[in-house]
Amino acid sequence: MSKTYINGLGCISAQKTFDTVFLEEAELNENDNVLTLKVPVYKDFIAPMAIRRMAKGVKNGIVAAALAMKEANITNVDAIITGTGLGCIEDSDKFLKAILDNKEEFLTPTAFIQSTHNTVGAQIALGLGCKGYNFTYVNGAVSFESSLLDAKMQIDDNEASSILIGGIDEMNDYTASLFKRAGFIKKDNEVPYQVLNATTKGAVYGEGATFFVLESEKNESTYAEVLDVEIWNKMDVDQLEAKMNSFLKSNGLEIADIDAVVFGYNGDVEYDCYYDNLATTAFINVPQVYYKHLSGEYYTASAFGLWLGAKIIKTQQIPAIVEVNAVEKSAYKNILLYNQYKGIDHSFTLISK
Amino acid sequence: MNKGVAITGMGIISAIGNTIEENFISLVNNKMAITTIENISTVHSNAIKVGEIKKSNDQLAGELQLSPDNNFSRTAMLGAIAAKQAIRNAGISSINEYKTGLISATSVGGMDMTEKKHNEFFENEAALKYIDSYDSGDVAHKIANELGLEGMVTTVSTACSSAANAIMLGARMIKSGKLDRVIVGGTDALTKFTINGFKTLMILSDGYNMPFDNDRKGLNLGEAAAYLVLESDEVVRKENKKVLARVSGYGNANDAFHQTASSENGDGAFLAMQKAFQVADLKPEQIDYINVHGTATPNNDLSEGRAIVRIFGDDKAPDFSSTKPFTGHTLAAAAAIEAVYSVLAIQNNVVFPNLNFKTPMEEFNLVPQTTLKHKNIEHVLSNSFGFGGNCSTLIFSKSE
Repeated sequence: MSKTYINGLGCISAQKTFDTVFLEEAELNENDNVLTLKVPVYKDFIAPMAIRRMAKGVKNGIVAAALAMKEANITNVDAIITGTGLGCIEDSDKFLKAILDNKEEFLTPTAFIQSTHNTVGAQIALGLGCKGYNFTYVNGAVSFESSLLDAKMQIDDNEASSILIGGIDEMNDYTASLFKRAGFIKKDNEVPYQVLNATTKGAVYGEGATFFVLESEKNESTYAEVLDVEIWNKMDVDQLEAKMNSFLKSNGLEIADIDAVVFGYNGDVEYDCYYDNLATTAFINVPQVYYKHLSGEYYTASAFGLWLGAKIIKTQQIPAIVEVNAVEKSAYKNILLYNQYKGIDHSFTLISK
Repeated sequence: MNKGVAITGMGIISAIGNTIEENFISLVNNKMAITTIENISTVHSNAIKVGEIKKSNDQLAGELQLSPDNNFSRTAMLGAIAAKQAIRNAGISSINEYKTGLISATSVGGMDMTEKKHNEFFENEAALKYIDSYDSGDVAHKIANELGLEGMVTTVSTACSSAANAIMLGARMIKSGKLDRVIVGGTDALTKFTINGFKTLMILSDGYNMPFDNDRKGLNLGEAAAYLVLESDEVVRKENKKVLARVSGYGNANDAFHQTASSENGDGAFLAMQKAFQVADLKPEQIDYINVHGTATPNNDLSEGRAIVRIFGDDKAPDFSSTKPFTGHTLAAAAAIEAVYSVLAIQNNVVFPNLNFKTPMEEFNLVPQTTLKHKNIEHVLSNSFGFGGNCSTLIFSKSE
């Protein structure tokens, strides 16, 4: 059974997460309820004709994938696996709006063609000429973890030795207005939008694309080893600690072995109790880290969390801006990530030095 | 050959029947169900024909005994009906007794409700409950809740190969021991969104779809849901389960040619079939029946046919047929309903007919089986291909 190593990262987010060391230029924005993306220079990665045609998420996915592959120093992979919660929402909305506004007449296929959830994975495969395995998962907040799980199983079983995985989600004005109306996004007049100790419902949203090159061989570009990932569709708060403990146990670990825990706190007063449950008891003496105040919430924001965890292990430091508590450790070997969204789609991910 | 993963239950709802038995009866009696669309009001209703389940959303909600304030999409209701049948068929009474997962597939998820409510979202408070279905995982969550399942739930969406990929992942998770039992399949309802999408691509037939015919004019869309229960050999032994058939091979590859068109030589399809044979440890000559993807678009059938000739050799293809003239192309559910048909072919030792076929394609010597044929069926190969060059092959085998 082979081991799975993270050998390259590429991250497009609301922060400067490319051409940078580790969040040294991060900016905390508590005034906006939808965070805007730090857009890369697309023309360095994509042909000008294609830039005009492609939706934002597709472009961000292609750039993040290219960055991850460059770091891992590889030019092709055995498989491409992506996760996305909302998929190509901009093109889906565009096509749907055209259908309804024009009463099903005068439609062109471009937006429809690019609306399928697997567009990003397909476009990356086209660009690389990669004829290998190509999957896309679309299950809310475990869309990315499903990709990670699938990739790890393939490397475990020696079915592949290098796999590109990523989480991509888009946000646009229309979807944001809809999500505000539905209460998914916090109300406009509730500034400052604090993620920790929040008192209001909903979350500050964002968008992004985060890619990883996973390989069976360790090398000089290795960030961390992926030990395990587990997904649960739902659980009650009072089941959480037992499920977390049995996950650690199945990997031969216990809480004392965990050097940092990365929580998916998003400032939703209704559901952050899951994180509080672990933060105030099991992990009270363990360094705790959060990130959605920097990335915003989106269905694949947990990929930003894994990016953060991998960076902590490689640099052996936790930037002050992501600290939940003041606990420190002399070394960061094992990191546990826990995420959920609205009480469903729970995931535990374990990475190690 | 490799033993494969046990299938212990199946459930289906499609245009040709609301149960496994009804689907089988339609298949062996040439009873296709391609009709004028009734449940969706569209300007194209006279120009297209579809494989539609003739039940209203209210009827489906009634069957599931949903409360009036439910926010199920039609996609979720069809999925829940098929998944519940599968659980019953597998004789499962205590769903969480073993480590159980659900791997579902859908292409457009809850789009059927989104397109209905889109213009109300900012006017009508009552419409807001459907915004939950913007997340395609909403369908799988609703099915899991209907089954009372607590465990791993995820959704695959790779357009028209989605359900094949869900079945593939499920089989791999059983093999690796990550799950003891998994419900796999897919669901898709007809929508204005997909009707108009395929219409703009000019691949909808104005008549009945004619797979592998030289004069084929395109596909009929359909709606359906089907789920299979896969169980580990240990569970099968412990519970003394009847094994309906086995998933013995699977493969996914990418054509890496074009976002919506297949390559002329069917590279992706060729690679997917090749991988499936490797996993199953079977040779092409051991396949007794191919349930082809066969959408009846000019592009698909040419590309798939070329790949079949490359794998099996000139004039050596086994009996093959597309069942899409019966059901229409049910997108993300297609590979799931065709998995059910593949198992029915094995259980009943029949090759289902490829209806509407008249003239062989001029590009190769491939003639589908056009009438019901009885013969021993040990192994069935089923293809499914989707946008984004996504190509998947499953092989189903008779259980010893």
